[in-house]
Amino acid sequence: MIRRDRVVPPLLALAAFLAGWQLLVFVGGYATFILPGPLVVGERFVVAWTDGTMAPHAITTLAEIGFGFIGGAPAGMLTGYVMARSRLVNRVLSPYLVAAQAVPILALAPLIALWFGSGLFAHSVIVALIVFFPVVISTLVAVRGVDRRLLEMARSYRVTRGQRLRMVELPAALPGILGGLRIGVTLAVVGAIVAEWTGGETGLGVLINLARYSFKTPLMFAALLTIALIGVALYSVVLLVERRYAIPAA
Amino acid sequence: MTAEPGRALRDPGPPAGDGSVPAIHLDGVRFGFQIDGRQTEVIAGLDLEIAPRSIVALVGPNGCGKSTLLRVIAGLLPARSGTVEVEGRPVTGPDPRVGLVFQEPRLLPWRSAFANVAFPLEVAGRDRGARERRVTDLLGLVGLRDWSRARPAELSGGMRQRVAIARALALEPAVLLLDEPFSALDSLTRERFNVELLRLWERIGATIVLVTHSIAEAVFLADRVLVLSPRPAQLVADVAVDLPRPRRPGDLDAAAVTRTAAEIRAHLEGATDDAFAVATGDVPAHAQPDEVIS
Repeated sequence: MIRRDRVVPPLLALAAFLAGWQLLVFVGGYATFILPGPLVVGERFVVAWTDGTMAPHAITTLAEIGFGFIGGAPAGMLTGYVMARSRLVNRVLSPYLVAAQAVPILALAPLIALWFGSGLFAHSVIVALIVFFPVVISTLVAVRGVDRRLLEMARSYRVTRGQRLRMVELPAALPGILGGLRIGVTLAVVGAIVAEWTGGETGLGVLINLARYSFKTPLMFAALLTIALIGVALYSVVLLVERRYAIPAA
Repeated sequence: MTAEPGRALRDPGPPAGDGSVPAIHLDGVRFGFQIDGRQTEVIAGLDLEIAPRSIVALVGPNGCGKSTLLRVIAGLLPARSGTVEVEGRPVTGPDPRVGLVFQEPRLLPWRSAFANVAFPLEVAGRDRGARERRVTDLLGLVGLRDWSRARPAELSGGMRQRVAIARALALEPAVLLLDEPFSALDSLTRERFNVELLRLWERIGATIVLVTHSIAEAVFLADRVLVLSPRPAQLVADVAVDLPRPRRPGDLDAAAVTRTAAEIRAHLEGATDDAFAVATGDVPAHAQPDEVIS
């Protein structure tokens, strides 16, 4: 199978990494609460998922990412599109967009906690904000980059605004927009975790904090592993969508 | 309005030049645009009548505004003054009576050949069945029936341009405008395409206006060759091509071809000399010297 070429090298790298890690713990003789070995972490990971420790936290974090993404990504696409097509809107918004991007959204997290509390909604707002900007920028650039000759061709057949958007601009800009979504989805994971650090009952960020305070370092690692897996899974979903729908201009 | 989507061919109208309503009528058409705040004239007062079902070739020096003229006829650019009429009715914007084939195929890369040809029909809101019949007819007309599922990237340059022609014919335009449609093709393919274009024209019965840089091509294809001056474009000469149809590359009267080509060349060279004078000066002869410096 062709897929073997793709799967084997990363797996070998993983094996080498785990072996090195285990060796480091073995040679260094670190205490488990300082640096647990991969075997301990793996065991803890399995236990946490089987005894019901991990699942509620993971579900909360996923929900925050999901709601935030659903809120932030379409809003970003819409804003990016309008900015690309309206000189006025672009002039009005772009300085603020740059300013807003210069302020780390995560620094706003305490403020958002103050306004919206520390529940699912507040955390989703942070995720939405963090997803919003890369999607705006990528959509703006992608829509501006749509081949003007194709637009002229479409105009010669008297396309309406809606037809132009649906039949020309959106498919032409899709690869660029999905590139922004790819960045957005990984940032969304970061956003959700940091949002949870500002307060909350459940979530993988909360779990990390709980584990840290009680020196359950293996559990911390297990939570980190879960976060990484979520990130990879979501990234892969966007990548799959990209492969399926985005046909790059010839 | 009931369209007859199944038929690729227009019903045979009156033959060319019988004094009926001209397919295209330009009356004092001017066009210009702003460059650095300065109004530049591209087309300077053009009057033109083109008979239905005829083929007219536009030749002229580079950048003289031939493509601009096609866009004005197609309604993509508004004439600054004067009127453009197609079949006796004014063109006020992009018009389904006019099909425009650009220099490049301009296909949507994510759509199959079939879906590219269907594009104008979708835009016009034709239902699926009508679209499918029409597109199948058109792909057959340009000899690409077996390639309907291919994406543009999988087609050769010539095939792409054929798809573009089929697309331009989708709404059964009375006028087909071609902007150097085969300029990207190698000369052998190009020759074959010209023969195919004539065959296509005999079947669809549309009026064709094409821009070309090749005098030989203009003579082979056209009933009339219009020679345009450098910018701002004006009609320099209107050369009738007196060769019988149907034309096939082998059986053209060589002497007549040579004579016509020489006539066009003479007009064109006259025009191009002017172009050189304008290009080097870029300023009217009566302009002040310090204007030249600034």
